Amino acid sequence: MRYLLLIRPDIDELPADWAPDARLEEEMGHLLEEMTKAGVLLDTAGLRPPEEGAVLRLAGGAVTVVDGPFTESKEMVGGYCLLQTRTRDEAVEWGTRFLRIHGPEWTMALELRELDGE
Amino acid sequence: MTASDPPVDRAVPRAVDAAWRIEWPQLVAVLTRLVGDMTLAEDLAQDAHVAALEQWPRDGVPANPGAWLTVTAKRRAIDRIRRDSTLARKLPLLEGEILSSLDAGSSDPAAAVDEEITDDLLRMLFTACHPALPRASQVALTLRMVGGLTTDEIARAYVTATPTIVRRISRAKKTIRDEHIPYEVPSGAELAERLDAVLEVVYLVFNEGYAATAGDDWMRIDLCTEALRLARVLSGLLPAEPEVAGLAALLELQASRLRARYDAAGRPVLLRDQDRTRWDRLLIRRGYAALARAHTLARDRGRPPGRYALQAAIAAAHAMAPTQPQTDWRRIAGLYAVLAARFPSPIVELNRAVAVAELHGPAAGLELVDAVVAGGAIDDYHLLHAVRGDLLLRLGRTAEAGRELERAARLTANTVEQALLLDRAARPGAR
Repeated sequence: MRYLLLIRPDIDELPADWAPDARLEEEMGHLLEEMTKAGVLLDTAGLRPPEEGAVLRLAGGAVTVVDGPFTESKEMVGGYCLLQTRTRDEAVEWGTRFLRIHGPEWTMALELRELDGE
Repeated sequence: MTASDPPVDRAVPRAVDAAWRIEWPQLVAVLTRLVGDMTLAEDLAQDAHVAALEQWPRDGVPANPGAWLTVTAKRRAIDRIRRDSTLARKLPLLEGEILSSLDAGSSDPAAAVDEEITDDLLRMLFTACHPALPRASQVALTLRMVGGLTTDEIARAYVTATPTIVRRISRAKKTIRDEHIPYEVPSGAELAERLDAVLEVVYLVFNEGYAATAGDDWMRIDLCTEALRLARVLSGLLPAEPEVAGLAALLELQASRLRARYDAAGRPVLLRDQDRTRWDRLLIRRGYAALARAHTLARDRGRPPGRYALQAAIAAAHAMAPTQPQTDWRRIAGLYAVLAARFPSPIVELNRAVAVAELHGPAAGLELVDAVVAGGAIDDYHLLHAVRGDLLLRLGRTAEAGRELERAARLTANTVEQALLLDRAARPGAR
């Protein structure tokens, strides 16, 4: 079964002087390597900040395009992992490990969804 | 969080099981090196599992479940040695070794454990695929010890009884004990040869699933998925081996067509008739990437592409064709010619005949098939007759075609495929 893990950090909760730290990067690399060696990780990427992106909406037959930055930036998707595991619980366990390597300064959600049509 | 969320501790037993399944192969591989026996290693791992079931619901899941399980299992090993004098005599140095490994790990248990894991999984893999073991045992042991499948799961995948698999695995372990097969990764010239055996085991598992040789399932997807996972694991463990990347590429590309290989009624669909929009783009992309890696690695070592990389290149050529008529048969026939020259086999020759028939017409293909028939080596292979029957049909030689297709049907144990062949024999006009 394949699962998409959408990582949604709440950037507003981070301290103002926050900067990417080497420890997190190292542990992230380490975890991704572990996922690769377990034959679980199919694909992963981090996303550029939401203010560089755009939101397209369809309503009443009309499409509107709004460029960032967005006022409602709470828990925007920051990255994703695509996993293949035997069970949903295993995907949850990998997701838990992903969250756990982040320090206490982080507030984030991880949305786990199974891919349809398997 | 809302009030209706279940309390976190209800999720713990499931987390224990998930962590257990994830960590089991690494755990047992590390323990086998320490205690020199797979069965004892499994027992110790089981002890650690029981301890986790007791402690994690109470204390929470540890930050590094794998390290926790390993350390716990090592402590259980010491307990057993101290209680069991027979074990203590058999493994006189073990207590000291385990204590020092626990000590070495105490500063940063996660890092210390991780370094062992890759090597130990490779040791397990090469031991499971040791040439002293019969092929069926290599397969069962690899799926159990490296794939982490239970004996029930292996039995189900192979449509056989669990006791059969249990016996097969315990006989294999006995051979390993009796013949003192070392728990090690071979080096030098031996590595290439032994790696071939490992790759072949993974390839066999995939093929067993891809074209189930018996039973009513056209494909047993679980076996394909497991083989693909093993190929990915191997790629992670041996990232610099060109043929490991070649095999991964081949399996990713073959697996990309799994969903398109049968219709809504469960009937098989041949490659030329498949709905290509159902091919899995992600797996195709991963296949291309692994193939590129295989080529680069082979070139860097001054080697020609290996047998899996060549087959993957053929699968990639199919994947690149947006529609069946756009297939680059010249390239495919050329790749089969290289494959046939470097790794001659009647099966490769038969596949080459199919490609040549597409490129130069059925008569040219039939000429090659007849040469394979004359060789006599694969007379009982149903696809030889299926292909020959198909080419005869296209040449309008319907009576001969019918006989060949019926012969092919008699030779396959797969009932779905049998029905398909008999149907084509009965309705020579339909393609």
